[in-house]
Amino acid sequence: MSAKSWAYISNYFVYSSMVVYTLAFFSHAYETAWSLRNPDVADKSEGNLLTKTLDFTKTEKIARIATSMMILGTALLFGGVVARGISAGRVPWSNMYEFSITGALAFCVTYLFTLRKYDLRWLGLPISILVLLVLGTAITVLYRPSAPLVPALKSTWLVIHVSAAIISGGVFFLANVISGMYLWLDSIEKRGGRNPWAKRLPDLETLDQLAYRLVAFVFPLWTFAVIAGAIWAEHAWGRYWGWDPKETWAFITWVAYAAYLHARVTVGWRGRKAAWLCLFAGSTFIFNYIYVNIWGTGKHTYSGL
Amino acid sequence: MSDIELGFVGSVRYLWRQLTSMRTALFLLLLTGLAAIPGSLIPQRTNGAIPVQDYFKANPGLAKFLDKIWMFDVYGSPWFSAIYILLFISLIGCVIPRVIEHSKSVIAPPPAAPSRLERMEHFRTFEGDFESAEKYLRSKRFRIRQEGDWISAEKGYIREFGNVLFHLSLILILIGVSLGSLFGMKGDSILNIGERFTNIPTNYDSITYGKLFSDRMLSPFVIKADNFVAKYNVVTNMPEDYTLFVSVANKPDAKPVKRIIKVNSPLNFGSTSVYLQANGYSPLVTVRNARGAIVFQGAVPLLPQDGNLSSTGAIKVPDTSPQIGFVASFFPTYEQVKGKPARSSYPEALDPRLFIATYVGDLQVDNGVPQSVYKLNREKMVQVGLKSLKVGETYKFNDGSLTFEGYVPWVNLNIVRDPGKQVALIGGILAILGLLASLFTRHRRVWIRRKGKTLEIAGLAKNAAPGLAKEIENIVKELA
Repeated sequence: MSAKSWAYISNYFVYSSMVVYTLAFFSHAYETAWSLRNPDVADKSEGNLLTKTLDFTKTEKIARIATSMMILGTALLFGGVVARGISAGRVPWSNMYEFSITGALAFCVTYLFTLRKYDLRWLGLPISILVLLVLGTAITVLYRPSAPLVPALKSTWLVIHVSAAIISGGVFFLANVISGMYLWLDSIEKRGGRNPWAKRLPDLETLDQLAYRLVAFVFPLWTFAVIAGAIWAEHAWGRYWGWDPKETWAFITWVAYAAYLHARVTVGWRGRKAAWLCLFAGSTFIFNYIYVNIWGTGKHTYSGL
Repeated sequence: MSDIELGFVGSVRYLWRQLTSMRTALFLLLLTGLAAIPGSLIPQRTNGAIPVQDYFKANPGLAKFLDKIWMFDVYGSPWFSAIYILLFISLIGCVIPRVIEHSKSVIAPPPAAPSRLERMEHFRTFEGDFESAEKYLRSKRFRIRQEGDWISAEKGYIREFGNVLFHLSLILILIGVSLGSLFGMKGDSILNIGERFTNIPTNYDSITYGKLFSDRMLSPFVIKADNFVAKYNVVTNMPEDYTLFVSVANKPDAKPVKRIIKVNSPLNFGSTSVYLQANGYSPLVTVRNARGAIVFQGAVPLLPQDGNLSSTGAIKVPDTSPQIGFVASFFPTYEQVKGKPARSSYPEALDPRLFIATYVGDLQVDNGVPQSVYKLNREKMVQVGLKSLKVGETYKFNDGSLTFEGYVPWVNLNIVRDPGKQVALIGGILAILGLLASLFTRHRRVWIRRKGKTLEIAGLAKNAAPGLAKEIENIVKELA
């Protein structure tokens, strides 16, 4: 098969995964909404609905369907990323379209793996929306035809450095979603208790721990991504660190997460303060990705996004 | 007197304690991150002078103010240095006591078991064999202290070791960076294919030295550019591969060996590396004066203006009277669309063309003001003609002639000496190993006390790491 037909196959895979993620989104939404109106739960004789423990057993089936859709969507997206790589004859991460689909894949895989250990299914709804947003933007705005690499990118370090950065990004993004969730639930609780649907979400302590675990898990990988980038920069550009905008923001992200880990472990920050710091650190990563790639100058900007 | 001295020592000690407190370290860490931001939004001199000049032209008033607070040299500025130096002092102040404490704890036996285990976490009692406890814990690589009726076991020292290693390697990285900037140098040299480059300062087009660098540190290598091959994609015109073939001698009189330089694989001489950074075309021209004598002959590098290597520059002939200058444009694959300026439609030389605008008069090269070799100062010159030439063609004018003999590619060699990069690399590798050890290992203590026939067991997980409950359960199962 020609490179072009592989590129088409990749696009079909990405489109199909978007359809399946949409189904996952609706299933998750249905699960949440149906639980809310569950007549068994709104036991009026007991009074206030807000103080009741809710029973979600009746939505178990649709929730399982939703998770299966997430798995199927992720498998399709994986196919899309692999086909893109075959079409270009290299690893599929050399422009923003490719970063975005691979990053979305890393994000979903992290979610599904974490799901095996923690009851994270409540995250399915925001995650399916976010993935749809990322893939939608990627295929409409950022899409570029599959092309071979410019000489500066022809290096094994492309595989090592960029894959480490993308995986770190996916996990940081998940930690951000959880920290955002924490702050939202915290403000709901401060206003007098959770809504019925929010009751099936884990308690604040668990969310706080989970965000920390994800960051602590991926921080060494991010450190590795930065150092691998420095080694590659030394090979390609003659210096391992030059305060290029991308490097600067990678450094800022690293410092911000280092501060977050210290704040939690050594100074003992928990809860809101830690969640804000985690969100700040994650937003420096997203800023680096969007701002520096599109409006920034420097050595990390290659032709056409 | 002694009172004042005590006060001084006291306040120094107070300052030191403030500086090395964890809160200050955290503040400095965040401040370092924030301080790095402006340098990514405002053009920096270290990344090229031209964007800075453009910024000055666009906002002269603001630029002057920003320049006063080092905003165009953020990462070398006193305020940025102050922040990271304070951060590293704070880091050293945090780490050294921990190194001492950790070494002590490695040498000393584990602390005695608490007298009342029931107050500790994971406390339980069971009937089991106290005698085999020590053997079992030892087989699980715990460090053991047994006195009378209790055992105190500790495991996971590597966590603190990793932590200390990580912070010490950050200091190592800083040392590597400093070595590089003090004893390093970097420079650029444009070399026509067929020519030879000897590594001495005068052969560079631009060169910058570290503060403690001296010319004697330049390794005396010689590079001859034998051939340069560029491959382009015929559809997108994008470059796909650059290869430079060179003959290299470590000393001027040594026997040269053949080598290849590519974009991602530089040539190394110890801590000096030679990178292939840019390329373009040099037209070969011969200029004759009115009497027909050769007054200039050679390859003139022109600067590429676009991806298809449309290039411009100047040819200056000072050793004749009147002086002659040419504004030259070279198009490797010439294309002329009606109503538009001439351009190149492909980066390979498929249909090369040289455009020249000829000037005579005074080049003003001897008046002491430095001039760009790519620009002609036309203040005291008069234009006498324009001409488009194919290879082999000659343009004749009143004061002489120019022959377009051919062309050669040129390459820009970027030569960098950084004696600190290996140190920084080792620092980086150790930092990752330290991080892995400190984030993925657990430090915990387990105590067992014999009370008649029953045993009491309890434990303590540092940093509330999970998994100790399971471990204690296994110990109980084994001993029961």
